[in-house]
This record gives sequence, C-alpha cells and structure tokens, in this order.
Amino acid sequence: MRTWVRNTPAAIYLLVVLAFIYLPVVVLVLFSFQDGPLPVPPFNGPSLHWYEKMFGNERLIASLINSVVVTTFLGFLAAYGMARRTPRFAGGIRFSLMAPLTVSYLIIGIGLLITLNIVGISKSLFAVGIGHVVINLPLCFAIIYSQFGDHTRNIDDAARDLGASDFQTLLHVIAHVMKPSLFASFCLSATLSWDEFIIAFLLSRFDVTLPVIIFEMLRSGLTPEVNAAGTLVFAISVTTVIAAAITVSALTSGRKK
Amino acid sequence: MLSKARLTKRKGFEFTRWAVHPALLFTFLFFILPLLAMLIVSFWQRIGGKLTATWTFANYNKFFSKDYLVEALVNSVEVTLTATVISVLIAYPLAYILAFRVPLRWQRFVLIFTILPFWTAYVVRSYSWLLVISENGIINVIMTSLGLIDQPLEMAYSRGATVLGFVHFFTMLMTLTIYANLVQIKPTYHKAAADLGASPLQIFFRITLPLSIPGVAVGAFITFVIAIGDYINPQILGGGNEVLIPQAIILQVSRAANFPMASVMSVMLMVVVIVVYFVSAKHLKMERV
Repeated sequence: MRTWVRNTPAAIYLLVVLAFIYLPVVVLVLFSFQDGPLPVPPFNGPSLHWYEKMFGNERLIASLINSVVVTTFLGFLAAYGMARRTPRFAGGIRFSLMAPLTVSYLIIGIGLLITLNIVGISKSLFAVGIGHVVINLPLCFAIIYSQFGDHTRNIDDAARDLGASDFQTLLHVIAHVMKPSLFASFCLSATLSWDEFIIAFLLSRFDVTLPVIIFEMLRSGLTPEVNAAGTLVFAISVTTVIAAAITVSALTSGRKK
Repeated sequence: MLSKARLTKRKGFEFTRWAVHPALLFTFLFFILPLLAMLIVSFWQRIGGKLTATWTFANYNKFFSKDYLVEALVNSVEVTLTATVISVLIAYPLAYILAFRVPLRWQRFVLIFTILPFWTAYVVRSYSWLLVISENGIINVIMTSLGLIDQPLEMAYSRGATVLGFVHFFTMLMTLTIYANLVQIKPTYHKAAADLGASPLQIFFRITLPLSIPGVAVGAFITFVIAIGDYINPQILGGGNEVLIPQAIILQVSRAANFPMASVMSVMLMVVVIVVYFVSAKHLKMERV
C-alpha cells in the first residue's frame, strides 16, 4: 500500500492544521461532559449533568423548536421558490438574486430592522424568517440553477410535446428531476438558518432562536451548559449535512456518466 | 437551445414566464428596499425619540468628527485584513496538499473531514476558543503543568484572539475555494511545463499559482465580507478592549436605538466592502470555483 500522503512534510503540515481546526471542537465537546461548574481543566467527568440541565431549560428548548420550525419551513419555501424553470435568463436577474451574498448579514438585519421600525411592525420570529429567506435565497438559487442543463430542458420539452401544461410540467416532471438539488438546498438553508445569529438577534423579541439564547447564556460567563448546547447544535448540523450529502450522491449516482 | 424551446407549442397560462418574479419581488421587497431605507435614514435625525426626515449630512459629520467611531472602522479593516491574509497563508498549502499530495480516492474524505467543524454552532465557535486560550483554559493549564510558564499567558480578550477566531473559521472556507480551483487545473499543463524543462518551483510559480488566483480571490473576498460584518467573534473573543464597527453598530441600535447613526455606520461598512469588491473584481470569477 502506498502511503496516503506522498511526502512527510506535507503530512505533517496537514496534521498540524487539522489539529488547529479540531482543537476548539474537541475541547467544546469534551467539557460538555464536565462534572463540575467550569468548562476548563481539570476534567472531572464524564457526566451528563449539563445535558440534563439543558433539557430542563424551557426557554432553551422552546428556542430550539423555534429554530427548527423557521428553518424547515423557510428552507423548503426558498428551495421551492427557486425550483421554477426560468427560461430567459438575463444577467441582471441573476445579479440581483445573487446580490444579497455580498452584503453582511449585519447590514441586511439592520436594514430590515429600520424598515420594520418605519412601517411600524413589531419584531417577531416571522421577521427573522423573512431575513433568513433573504440570505438563503441566493444559495438555493445558485445550487438549483447550476443543476438546470440541457437534459432538464429536453425533458421539459418532451413533457410539453406529450401535452403537459406548464404547471403540470413543473410539478410532475421538473420537480422530480430536480429532487437532489432541492433537497441539498433545503438542507443547506436549514443548517445556515439554524445557526444564524445576528438577524435572529436583531429581529426577534420574545420567541428567540437557539443561537440567541446561547449568546445570552454567555453573558453569565463560562458554563458547561453552553458546551452541551453547542455540542447539540453541532451534532444536528453535521447530521443534516451528512444526510444531504449521502442522499444527493445516492440520487445523482444513477444519472451521471 | 432557446429557439428550440420557443418552437415547442405551449398551452394555457404561461406559468414559466412568471416563475422568476416571486423571487425577484422578494429580493426587491426585503433586500433592496431595506437597504434603501437604511441609506435614507442615514440622512434623517432622531428628534425627541422619533425618526424625523431632516435630510442632513449631520450624522456623517458626526461620524467623522468622533475619533472612536472612525477608529472602529479602521480597527475593523485592520483585523479583517490580517485575518484574511493569515487564512490564505494557512489554507493555500493545505489545499495544495489536498489536491496534489493526497491520493484521489482519499481527497473527498480528507476535504470533508477538514471542513467539518465549519458546522459547529456559530455562536459557540468563538466561545470554544475561549475555553482553549482563557486564563484557566487548556493551553495555560497544560503549559503551567509542564513548567513552561509560571504565570498564565493573557491570550483571550485581545485583538489577537479576535484574529485567531476568524483565522480558524476562514481557513476552512478558503481551503474549500482554493482546492476547488486547484483540481480544475489540467494535469497536462504541469506535464507540458515539465517536458519543456521547468523545475517544480517554476511550475508552481508560473503555472499553478497564477491559475489558482481566482480561488484565492473568491475565498478572500467572501472572508473579508463576512469577517468585517461579524459581531459575535470580536464581541466574545475581543472582549471590549477595542470596538470594531459591528459592535459599534449594535451598541447604537440596542442601547441608544439611534437608527440614523447605525445607518451611517452600516453605509460606511458597505462602502468599504464595495471598494474591496472593485479592487478584487477582475480576479473574481465565481464560476471558476
């Protein structure tokens, strides 16, 4: 067997950078099992005490559910909205749809906050949702658009020739062909919005999402409960991403090549 | 393709013609309009706690006359540039090793493994560095017990800590964009150069590096945009010794509810990003990555 990295300096560099990247993650997860009040050495664990405390924290759990609801609903909405076949693609349309990517979330949040203030609508989870669609739309659009190619157009034409209406073509044919990218953009939006802080922080009032709660917990200093919550968020995000990757590769493997 | 599609006979309501409009309308209502509102409000004033349409440059004058506000912007640019440069320096060799030294069947796996911590909760990512570098954090505890230091090192709550947090996150992001660019360079270019007598160093500096600039530029641009607008990382790791522009903006909004001033600072932030965009525009070919 050949060595999997062909020379030693390269291997060492790779390991050093990986150690740097994984250091905080390992410390975070390890000290979420800390048996004691502080998430710093010495490690007295393992203990599930902080997980128990976290699940007993009603505000935290409510915010977790809020996050899931917003992300699931919006990820789906954004993905579905972009699944539509767009025949004449002017560069300008593409530019305007992609533009939010180049603006800081902070500025998008402040802009929406000021708009709510002028219009006289109070902050809410719904407003957070709107903000999250703004930031997820470009990515969903990019993913789904990149999957539209000649083959989709041919299938589209075929469906029309067989007498399908526009709406039927979209719902019964294109939506099926695009399933992998719809699913991928759903998962991406879900993880991004699940984890988003600044817009949720600026636009929510009582029904806050999980990252906002964690941020508020941080004000009282280091506590293993934050480690537990952080580990949970990480686990859920990674599971979603891996599920997306596996599903997409399973769905596309039959089609490519 | 287009003409062929037009030849196909259509029936009923032309649904697809209107398909792009909902997304465009949404972007207009909730992205373009709020930005315009922000720009307009930056010329208004808050009189007696109410927004009043005054159309004055007073807020901008105030911004430039207050040293600490201008300083926040300068701090932000400095921190962001430092973090971007260090991230490129760490990420480029990593992406290069991934693309050219790790065997093909392992590449995907190693890449995914490298960027997995990308999905650690955003708020918690900066916090977990605190666990590593704080006064009684893991580094100080290990170094003290090894007898390397007597006093705990003061690493947290500083500009260095803020940069560290950014570098950690953006190394992963840039590894991804640079790797995606490197694997697109055709191996035949390297072979041709080698056949013509180029040394490995020459091949790198005259073939690989120039062809991989788009990947670096896109990664660096995204890093710059995200980092300069980030509130959490400087807030948690920087610890209030110096204020960056996002912290200054949040202060105006949450403490003073001073939307005009927050708007001015947001506009200044956008101006910086736009300048950076035009500086790097000729290298930014998104489709290459």
